[in-house]
Amino acid sequence: MATATLANKEVEVTEEGFLVNPDDWTEDIAKEIAKQEGIELTDRHWDVIRFMREDYKKNGTSATIRHITKHSDITTKELYQLFPKGPAKLAAKIAGVPKPVGCI
Amino acid sequence: MKKLVILGAGTAGTMIANHLHKRLKHKDWEVTLLDPNPDHYYQPGFLFVPFGIYSIEDTKKPKQKFIPSGMQLVQKGVEAIEPDKNQLILEGGEKLSYDILIVATGSRIVPEETEGMKDRLWRKKIFDFYTPEGAVELYKALQNFEGGDLVIHLTEMPIKCPVAPLEFSFLADWYLTKKGLRNKTRITYVTPLSGAFTKPVTTKVLGEVFARKNIALEADFMVEHIDNEKQKLVSYDEREVPFDLLVTIPTNMGAKVIETSGFGDDLYFIPTDHGTLQSKVAENMFVIGDATNVPASKAGSVAHFEAEILIENILAYIDGKEFPEKFDGHANCFIESGFKKGFLIDFNYDHEPVPGKFPFAGIGPLSLLKESRLNHLGKMAFRWIYWNMLLKARKIPGVTARMKLSGKKFPK
Ligand SMILES: Cc1cc2nc3c(=O)[nH]c(=O)nc-3n(C[C@H](O)[C@H](O)[C@H](O)COP(=O)(O)OP(=O)(O)OC[C@H]3O[C@@H](n4cnc5c(N)ncnc54)[C@H](O)[C@@H]3O)c2cc1C
Repeated sequence: MATATLANKEVEVTEEGFLVNPDDWTEDIAKEIAKQEGIELTDRHWDVIRFMREDYKKNGTSATIRHITKHSDITTKELYQLFPKGPAKLAAKIAGVPKPVGCI
Repeated sequence: MKKLVILGAGTAGTMIANHLHKRLKHKDWEVTLLDPNPDHYYQPGFLFVPFGIYSIEDTKKPKQKFIPSGMQLVQKGVEAIEPDKNQLILEGGEKLSYDILIVATGSRIVPEETEGMKDRLWRKKIFDFYTPEGAVELYKALQNFEGGDLVIHLTEMPIKCPVAPLEFSFLADWYLTKKGLRNKTRITYVTPLSGAFTKPVTTKVLGEVFARKNIALEADFMVEHIDNEKQKLVSYDEREVPFDLLVTIPTNMGAKVIETSGFGDDLYFIPTDHGTLQSKVAENMFVIGDATNVPASKAGSVAHFEAEILIENILAYIDGKEFPEKFDGHANCFIESGFKKGFLIDFNYDHEPVPGKFPFAGIGPLSLLKESRLNHLGKMAFRWIYWNMLLKARKIPGVTARMKLSGKKFPK
C-alpha cells in the first residue's frame, strides 16, 4: 500500500491507484483521479460514478459492465465512450471503489 | 429417512457424493443425484481434442460409473428450485422434496449473448472448444486450415478454466509449426482483460511467452459484435480484428435452472458464502463448483478443494454444529505451453500465483510459474488422476485443500 495526496487529502491507495478506503472518497478526489486519467467529467460520467458508489454500498462489490448496464439506462457503448478502454475498472477507480474482481 | 439431493452429477456433484458416501451415516439419509446427461466428460481434455491429441471418446465415461453404491442417480433435468418450499420441480412437472440441497450445476457457454457469434459462420469459421461438439468441429476445421489469421478470443470474464484459451493459443503455435503452417499464420489473442491473465505476476511471465511465440495480444477488447460478412471482431470502441478462423470462449453463465429459479446474479451464478459455501439463498442449500459466485477460478481443482471443505461443513450442519471449515479460494492449474512443456500455478483468494515448488516446499518436484517438461507430464497425468482420484474423493499426497504459503517466493 502507498499513500497519495489527492485534492489536498492524504489517502491510502493500491499500487494501481485505487482508493483503499471507499469512505475517503470525495467529489474533488474523483475529479482529480479523472484528470490524471485524461477524463473531463460530464453529467453522464457522474451518473455512472454515483451508480458505482451506491451499488458498492449495497452489494459490497464493484459493479461489472454487465451489472451497470443491466441495472441502469447506460449502454455498454456509452460506457466505452465515457471511460475508454476498461470502463468498469476506470469508473471504479474514479468512484473510489475497489478494482472489480470480475477478473479471476 | 432424511433426503439430501445433489443437483448436477458433473465434476463437483460427483466429488461431493463420494465424500458423503464415506462420511455420512447411511441409515439416516437418502442421497439422490439428478442429472439429465448420462455422460461424464473430462472437460480439461477438450483442450486436446482440436489438435488430435485426444479423441472425444478419450474424454468420456458413463456418469453412473462414479456414483457410489447406495446412492441413486436420476436421469432427469430439474426445471426449477423452490428454496422456500424445499422442493425441486423436475422436467415433466414431478416434484421432489429435500432436507438439504447441494447445487452443482456448473456453467455453460452462451454464444447468443454476442451479436453475430451464433450466426452464419458458427462452426464454419467460428468455433468454441468448451463443448464436446465444438471441440470435434474445431478438430475438423484445423485439419483443413491452410494458414491466415487465427484469432483466439475471450468474450467476457469470468469463464471456467481461465487458462484454457491461453493453452489453446500455445498449442496452436506448436501444432501449426509441426504442420509447416506457422509462417503462413498470424496468431492473435483477443481479451477484454488488460493483459494475458488476471493476476499481475502471471501476466508478466505469460506476456513474455506470447512475445517468444510471436503471438500478438489485443488487450482491453470488449467485443460488440462479430461481422460475419467481413469476418471481423468489432469492439465497443470500434477496433476491428479480422479472422480466417475464430476460436472463441463465449460468455459463460450458470445453468438455465438458476435463471428460471430467479436467485442467481447477473450471470446466473449463485450467491454463496466465500468461506462456508452455504448459499445466501437458503440455509439448507449449499453450492459447489462452477455454479457458485465465489471469486475463485472456475476449475476442477477448485471443486476438489471445495469438496474437502464442504463435506466438513455439511456434516456439522446436520449435527447442528458451527461450520468448522472455511474455503480459501485455492486453485491449482497446469498451463500447457506447447512443445511438451507446461507451467503450474497455485493460488487463492488472497495470494496470486508466484514462482516456487509444489507440492513440497523446496523439493517440488513440480516448479511453479516456470516452464518445464515435468509440468507437461503432470498435465497429461491429470486425466488419470481425475478419473481415479479426484472424482472418488481420494486425497493426493502433499496436496491440501488450503493453499500452502511455504515453497512460494512472494514479491517483497
Ligand atoms: C476446455 C476446458 C478445459 C478445462 N481445463 C481444466 C484444467 O486443466 N484444470 C481444471 O482444474 N479445470 C479445468 N476445466 C474446468 C473444469 O472442467 C470445471 O471447472 C469443472 O468441470 C466444474 O465442475 P462442476 O461440477 O461445477 O460443473 P460440470 O462438471 O460442468 O457439471 C455440471 C453438471 O450439472 C448438470 N446440470 C446442469 N443443469 C442441470 C439441471 N437443470 N438439472 C440437473 N442437472 C443439471 C450438467 O448436466 C452437468 O453434468 C476445464 C474446462 C474446460 C471447458
